[in-house]
Amino acid sequence: MDTRFTDEELAFQTEVRQFFADTLDEELRGRLEGVEASPNLKEAMLDYQRRLNAKGWMAPGWPVEYGGQDWSMSQHFIFNAERGKAGAPAPIPFGVTMVAPVIYTYGTKEQKERFLPRILNSDDWWCQGYSESGAGSDLASLQCKAQREGDEYVVNGSKIWTSFAQAADWIFCLVRTDNSGRKQDGISFLLIDMTTPGVTVSPIETIDGIYHLNEVHFDNARVPVDNRIGEEGKGWTYAKSLLVYERLSIAEVAESKRNLAQLRELARAEVNGGHSLLDDAVFARRLAEVEIDLMALEFTELRVLASAAEGGVPGPESSLLKLQGTTIQQTIQELRMDVAGYYSQTLQGNLSASQLGHDFADIAQKLYFRGRASSIYGGSDEVQKNVTAKHVLGL
Amino acid sequence: MNFNLTEEQTMIQDSVARFVQDNYAFDQRNATVALEHGFSLDHWQQFAELGWLSIPFAEAHGGFDGGPVDTMVIMQEFGRGLVSEPFLPTVLLFGGLLKAGASEDVKNALIPQIVAGELQGAFAFLERQSRYIISDVRTRARRDGVNWVINGEKVVVLNGGAAQKLLVLARSSGEQSDENGLSLFLVDAFAEGVASTGYRLTDGREAANITFNNVTAEAVIGGLGEGYGLTSTVVDHALLAVAADALGAMESLNARTLEYLKTRKQFGTHIGSFQALQHRMVDMFAACENTKSLLYRAVCAMDAGDEDARRSLLALKFMVGKAGRKIGGEGIQMHGGMGMTEELPVGSYVKRLMIANTLFGDADHQQQRFSALVSEAG
Ligand SMILES: Cc1cc2nc3c(=O)[nH]c(=O)nc-3n(C[C@H](O)[C@H](O)[C@H](O)COP(=O)(O)OP(=O)(O)OC[C@H]3O[C@@H](n4cnc5c(N)ncnc54)[C@H](O)[C@@H]3O)c2cc1C
Ligand SMILES: Cc1cc2nc3c(=O)[nH]c(=O)nc-3n(C[C@H](O)[C@H](O)[C@H](O)COP(=O)(O)OP(=O)(O)OC[C@H]3O[C@@H](n4cnc5c(N)ncnc54)[C@H](O)[C@@H]3O)c2cc1C
Repeated sequence: MDTRFTDEELAFQTEVRQFFADTLDEELRGRLEGVEASPNLKEAMLDYQRRLNAKGWMAPGWPVEYGGQDWSMSQHFIFNAERGKAGAPAPIPFGVTMVAPVIYTYGTKEQKERFLPRILNSDDWWCQGYSESGAGSDLASLQCKAQREGDEYVVNGSKIWTSFAQAADWIFCLVRTDNSGRKQDGISFLLIDMTTPGVTVSPIETIDGIYHLNEVHFDNARVPVDNRIGEEGKGWTYAKSLLVYERLSIAEVAESKRNLAQLRELARAEVNGGHSLLDDAVFARRLAEVEIDLMALEFTELRVLASAAEGGVPGPESSLLKLQGTTIQQTIQELRMDVAGYYSQTLQGNLSASQLGHDFADIAQKLYFRGRASSIYGGSDEVQKNVTAKHVLGL
Repeated sequence: MNFNLTEEQTMIQDSVARFVQDNYAFDQRNATVALEHGFSLDHWQQFAELGWLSIPFAEAHGGFDGGPVDTMVIMQEFGRGLVSEPFLPTVLLFGGLLKAGASEDVKNALIPQIVAGELQGAFAFLERQSRYIISDVRTRARRDGVNWVINGEKVVVLNGGAAQKLLVLARSSGEQSDENGLSLFLVDAFAEGVASTGYRLTDGREAANITFNNVTAEAVIGGLGEGYGLTSTVVDHALLAVAADALGAMESLNARTLEYLKTRKQFGTHIGSFQALQHRMVDMFAACENTKSLLYRAVCAMDAGDEDARRSLLALKFMVGKAGRKIGGEGIQMHGGMGMTEELPVGSYVKRLMIANTLFGDADHQQQRFSALVSEAG
């Protein structure tokens, strides 16, 4: 048992820290602050992701042959920690983190050559077309249909809750190619160009006032069979294996650490009845509680990484990463709202922060409402607990 | 002992419920809050005609002489329907303060106008630095001959955009957080030196930041230095109203979530058949009932002038925050993706409940006041 870094790891840490210090100039840092709530997300992220890519750090987790880094688990950990500390977001996950591993694991040589470089350089933006209105938690019951006609599939149906479809060039979809057997068996994994005739996107208005959700409709959209990943009917297997890759950074420990540090400063500056909110016993207790949970999660994540580094399957504790990470994020968001007090419920609209009388409330509020969804998407808390109860605890 | 409404109160309840039924379907509500100032003047006229605006006032001023139970009944239905009309700021805060402290002349001049639906008012008491401490006031009132002249800024003034008259809590003497030295001033919203910046709350209702630059007040309400006492009394009654509004919102949101559990199907069955959700739905039901019990407790204590009233009131406001957070959070979660959309009113209920939590001090704040009160009493 030893969690100290080696000299090489410490040198790497310095390099990463320096990189983010140099890369995130004042201007870009400003654009990335609260970027999830910004209407200019794509522009800011494009700029940022290209700088990562120039350094070769857009996709350090990929196999080296496709552009990844031959890093140890400690190095991945250091990289994410320094990134979080610097206030730099993770890249938008749909391309680099979600579809790419499926492509390099199950795709053909042509598919890899066609898609992976464009993902690395953020030339193509991707979105995830899994959920349907009738197939949410019960994803396997999806109905969006792809019917084979020669060397094309004709796709009909709708996807819902598609994040960033409005900005995407491509969508990776689970579609039904067969209705005859077990519902998990007739599903295929298709890559669809968003400009394909018959593909349309309609926005969904959300409670956070940020535009990120859509419905994507397919009306006789013709998709080359070459865009299918792997075998017909094996899509469910590929999609499930993809979920493992999301685990690497799913707990968002680095982000939460930074958000917690910021929260503490906001609370320090907020005065209630002549004393700082940090000196308020009730608030201080709540803050300590989430900090302690986060300390535990940080080491749970390290344990998962360490066992993965030894080539083992991630231990049972890995099933907790998303669940606990999400709970902590939501608690921090909630505390930030409480610090903002009355202003947590004011809409800044076109006013400046000084006109409104508060500078962080607007973002705190957008991220709070936005953050309610993190226990819903990517496998809801309930689904995660069902999976853990069944597969980990054997219930 | 009984917890029944009188026949009259049942009639009020029915008539408000009918109004909500006819005018506050979710799309109608969206259209209403999109109007200037976030509410409908036509609705306000209906309120006047139905007599609701007269409820708390004395008969001598055209009022109905109602008590806390009458207000509770109205507010609960308003909360259920997410009604956006400014009953709280105009009738209960502005009107309540006039009723508690104004001279006969001022009452005679203004209360009948409120009752007739002709006058919108607001109570300007919060400041940028004040957070939940009502006595934390920097706005100054200085004597100028027979007049009082106000300088300062008030923030998050509910209904501050539509109000024609304002009641301003200002310091006529003393230091920043002294409870002594605060006085209430009646100010015309169109007077020289008054500048207002309006914005919306998350649930669509309107608030404003208002600056006062050498503004001459029309009158002092109550005696000089009595501002804090008057405010406390009126805010206590307003707390009940906010709690009733929140209770209505909780009941409605719980009913919607329950309905969703019974209709939404996944894995070939209603999601309400999953125990993981059932138990939490039971907790939400319990949270709502706890709020109702504390509301009844506080209303009865206030009505009777009971010494337990303060403790009950603080307990109630704490519970509003706690139960609201639970019911709101679970309401979204159990609706899955649908809970994140503006297609359903779930989010609007959650926002209403979060606003109720902040109004006049959030759950943490009330919990501390409660602890202090109980330990003082020994
Ligand atoms: C902001 C946001 C972004 C999203 N982005 C994407 C995207 O980019 N691509 C994509 O494909 N999808 C996306 N989703 C969809 C997301 O994955 C689904 O919302 C999620 O799978 C839940 O499905 P549902 O919304 O249909 O809820 P439902 O499945 O109807 O669930 C409703 C409630 O019932 C609970 N529940 C369901 N089954 C069980 C059970 N067996 N036991 C106990 N409780 C249960 C759920 O946990 C939830 O609380 C996004 C969703 C949101 C909110
Ligand atoms: C957006 C999303 C993200 C996901 N993330 C992960 C993840 O991170 N890790 C992971 O391992 N899996 C994840 N999953 C998969 C999830 O576990 C499965 O969708 C779910 O467990 C059903 O799995 P299954 O169909 O393979 O069948 P099994 O899990 O083997 O279950 C068999 C059948 O039991 C039924 N069933 C399950 N639970 C209930 C219940 N409570 N009541 C009644 N019937 C029930 C279902 O009909 C199911 O088909 C995710 C799913 C979605 C939709």
